Amino acid sequence: MLKLRVIPCLDVKNGRVVKGVNFVSLRDAGDPVEQAAVYDAAGADELTFLDITASHENRDTILDVVSKTAEKIFLPLTVGGGVRTTDDMRRLLLAGADKCAMNSAAVARPDLINEAARKFGSQCVVVAADARQTGPGQWEIFTHGGRTPTGINAIDWCKQAAERGAGEILLTSMDRDGTGSGFDLDLLRAATQAVRLPIVASGGVGTLDHFVEGARAGATGLLAASVFHFGQFTVAQVKQALALAGLPVRPSPAPFQVSQTS
Amino acid sequence: MAQPLSIAVVDYEGGNLASAARAALRAAELSGRNASVIITNEPAAVRQADRIILPGQGAFADCARGLEAIPGLKDAILQAVAKGTPFLGICVGMQLMAERGLEHGVTEGFGWIAGEIAPMDAPGLRLPQMGWNELELLQPHPLTQGLGSAPHGYFVHSYALRNTTEDTLLASADYGGRVPAMVCRGNVAGTQFHVEKSQTVGLKILANFLAWQPEATL
Repeated sequence: MLKLRVIPCLDVKNGRVVKGVNFVSLRDAGDPVEQAAVYDAAGADELTFLDITASHENRDTILDVVSKTAEKIFLPLTVGGGVRTTDDMRRLLLAGADKCAMNSAAVARPDLINEAARKFGSQCVVVAADARQTGPGQWEIFTHGGRTPTGINAIDWCKQAAERGAGEILLTSMDRDGTGSGFDLDLLRAATQAVRLPIVASGGVGTLDHFVEGARAGATGLLAASVFHFGQFTVAQVKQALALAGLPVRPSPAPFQVSQTS
Repeated sequence: MAQPLSIAVVDYEGGNLASAARAALRAAELSGRNASVIITNEPAAVRQADRIILPGQGAFADCARGLEAIPGLKDAILQAVAKGTPFLGICVGMQLMAERGLEHGVTEGFGWIAGEIAPMDAPGLRLPQMGWNELELLQPHPLTQGLGSAPHGYFVHSYALRNTTEDTLLASADYGGRVPAMVCRGNVAGTQFHVEKSQTVGLKILANFLAWQPEATL
């Protein structure tokens, strides 16, 4: 049986973690590679790096982060933020990313989704949809960190992303993001009913129950940053809460065993 | 010191080569084995390698075409496999081992494993299958030794092998029905899941592959 994915997200700026797990045991809490290793050991099912580097000159810092992480961590790695062209994607994939999340650039030019899927395969194309509620059962896509309205219906956009060849949708509720009041479950239900793609829920988790609710609303991936960053929960606690609610989670893998015969 | 085991990761623009190469090296390191990895599209390098790894992402037809577009590469793989070099296909690399693929038209595969690569049905479930699924080990095999209890692999696919022969299946996963997860015949093996992204489970399978002395040649 396929398991739910618990996905810690690390915000990375100029190659440094600005929102990651805050463990005293870390020698350098700003080092994304060390942070990724902590999550890897803690049983994370995937990792996401969100590159929030503002200046163009420092854009390539994320490549170094991805490459160093991929040398050590054998977990699927998604990178979002600043993915504008298929060349950007190629560089990230070559550095060791498994999936690239595109947001504003895909809204500005939806053909980017088709091109990326054709070039690299749907499996590595994630469309990151930032949605804000505009009325009952109505959500609109916003870009540029939730500041710019687009007039695009969020559910229609999810359908379009699927038709154009996305392999996954990272659906963030901009209303809930940072509030700790839980995922926007109506948004999740509407999106998971509209498309068959796997949907990663993002934005709003504040309690362990929120993860359970997100899964029950149809998300197969559950992404969070702050609750892990501030040490509110560990990945293991989230998995335990999901398991207690009868939902499928992956147990932590056994350590590597050296065979006597090899 | 003995010559390092040479591993060729076949480069035909078909997948996440760096990850496969890094994971193979890490697997060697963890099992105390001296190994060298090259990412290559040179037929001669493929023929001389001690182990061949064929990754693959995207569509079956594109990958099959990509492989054939490099002069001599497919023949080099066939020759190496015929003389007994252990081979591991990953994801679409595994799918290419089947007789044919039905993604974007009918395309011939290597034909080492019976069956074809067809769209998954998975009623009521999301497609692609994306994430960790438990591997059910169907027969004891050197490649699946030491995986611990309830091993999981990381899958990303919406096409899967069907109509294969039972004796080639080493492992399966359940996704709205039984999905072939790992196959083997003679000296060729393949995983539908990404061993290079499956943490210690994947590294252990890779280490087993490096240690593998197949009893038979395809």
